[in-house]
Amino acid sequence: MNDSSHTEPATAAELSELRSRATRLRRHMLTMASGRGQGYLGQGLGIADLMAALYFHEMKYDPQNPKAPGRDRFVMSTGHYSIALWAALVEAGTLPAAELSTYGADDSRLEMSTLDTTPGVEIIGGSLGHGLGQAAGIALALKTQGSSARVFVELSDGEMQEGSTWEAAMAISHFGLDNLVALVDCNGIQADGPIVMRVEPVADKWRAFGWEARDIDGNDIAAIVDSLHWGRATAGVPHVIVLRTTPGKGIPTLERREKAHFVRIESSDWAQFEREFEALSKAPGGDAR
Amino acid sequence: MIAPTPRAVIDAPFGHALVALGTRRPDVVALSADLSKYTDLIPFIKAFPKRFFNVGMAEQNLFAMSAGMARTGLLPFCTTYGVFATRRAYDFMAIGCAHSRLPVKIFAGLPGLTTGYGGTHQATEDTGLARLVPDLVVIDPCDATEIAQVVEAVAEYPGPVYVRLLRAGVPAVLDPAGYRFVIGKATVLKQGGDLGFISTGFMTERALDACAELARAGTAAGVLHVPTLKPLDTEAIARFAAGVRHVLVAENHVSSGGLASQVAEVLHGAGVGTPITRIGLPDRFIECGSVPTLQQRYGLTVDRMVAAAQTAY
Repeated sequence: MNDSSHTEPATAAELSELRSRATRLRRHMLTMASGRGQGYLGQGLGIADLMAALYFHEMKYDPQNPKAPGRDRFVMSTGHYSIALWAALVEAGTLPAAELSTYGADDSRLEMSTLDTTPGVEIIGGSLGHGLGQAAGIALALKTQGSSARVFVELSDGEMQEGSTWEAAMAISHFGLDNLVALVDCNGIQADGPIVMRVEPVADKWRAFGWEARDIDGNDIAAIVDSLHWGRATAGVPHVIVLRTTPGKGIPTLERREKAHFVRIESSDWAQFEREFEALSKAPGGDAR
Repeated sequence: MIAPTPRAVIDAPFGHALVALGTRRPDVVALSADLSKYTDLIPFIKAFPKRFFNVGMAEQNLFAMSAGMARTGLLPFCTTYGVFATRRAYDFMAIGCAHSRLPVKIFAGLPGLTTGYGGTHQATEDTGLARLVPDLVVIDPCDATEIAQVVEAVAEYPGPVYVRLLRAGVPAVLDPAGYRFVIGKATVLKQGGDLGFISTGFMTERALDACAELARAGTAAGVLHVPTLKPLDTEAIARFAAGVRHVLVAENHVSSGGLASQVAEVLHGAGVGTPITRIGLPDRFIECGSVPTLQQRYGLTVDRMVAAAQTAY
């Protein structure tokens, strides 16, 4: 069980450990996607560093007791990023590694898009624009109950086009939900390709709604850890971390090539991806960066 | 089972029932999208100011936040108008609340022709939309007695519920000493004879009054009250319809997709050939006007119901 009572963001040794975790999460994702030959691999690899920082450093979460009332909640609004959540839950031990190969298969619990029937999943994501509002209700309920648990809600740059996102953003600020941290994955892609409707300036939009905002490199573990720590800085105010991520992070060919929302990969590509990934993860630092 | 006439008028039966429930259960909270005054929440807000949350004009977020609270061990009762609940925030009712079978209790004001504000405010097709959402229970109570019992019943039910709300001064048609609302059960309020009304919502009160008028004219008519539109009490509907010579389905809702459609489907499936007359709203947006004028124009008044019965039979 992680303990979020630390007073400093992280030591050098902890950061090194988190980079190794992120590498392992990426390996899990490759295992899942290569089994299906497709999936939302780009998005998953992009937020691997965030998932590592959340599940193995910041969140108070007992992998063996994913429904514990006092747990910190991770709310994934982008249900199609499920590949990243499955990787984290397998790495944490909530789900068995043997299920990785079932990703997206008939009757698998590791759906292409999250359902809350799988252990460790807080909401049904995927119908975009739902997560922030549900997280608002969870955070408000926790406050009402006198709980000190925190809520981390992930959403995407594309989701900022949904009106419901701003209904929720206004309410979270209005109700002073300082137990909530929003994590906006800005990877620059959506279903029709590169962002089709301008969402910038992202951080300023949130600030205008009364949030404290930070804009960081979403693949820099140290910056992520530091920002999650900062996420409790101001009482009575919600915090948002804008994460600039690279889709496909960790596999240079994918980073260059995959600007698309949904990745279909030829079977001949997998061996190359594995080679690129292993080469990077064995490089000095060992963090697949 | 039926209260005496002239009927008592009860003020804000929903709000007062919610206060009684909230007094016993500290997990009950209320939310509204800037319509707390107009959905009778004031008694609850006065009694429990810290358990009420106004989310502003944001119906999608109303349901999303209610869902989040329900996930976290609270029992949210949330209110808006039926038009906004179903037309504007449907995905949040369906996916946000119903898909996870969360105990969110939606109370939706201005059902059918209870406002003269026209198509923007008249929820004429809301229960039709709501009953297509999987796992969503849909209720159209007929009076103050039933509303109070519905509040208790839905609190005990562990899933999502959509309830049409009658607000402000609501008549007491049913006698609380003899009537008991149960989710999914229809009740014969008056045994059928030549004619049988199958009714829901406030049209049940009018069906009872129409029966009295018809009796004076020598026609025996009965009433099957169907407060729960989903799950539907198909057995009671088939049995009641089989026992009369003509059925009149009466609802404050479009007939197409409403209770009339449901009854036709049930009778066809059960092999009951009793003919049906539909008393309900047409498949179009209704104009603005005074409520009595509109209800008379669209056949929801007792004299229009009697006339429809006499034409049918």
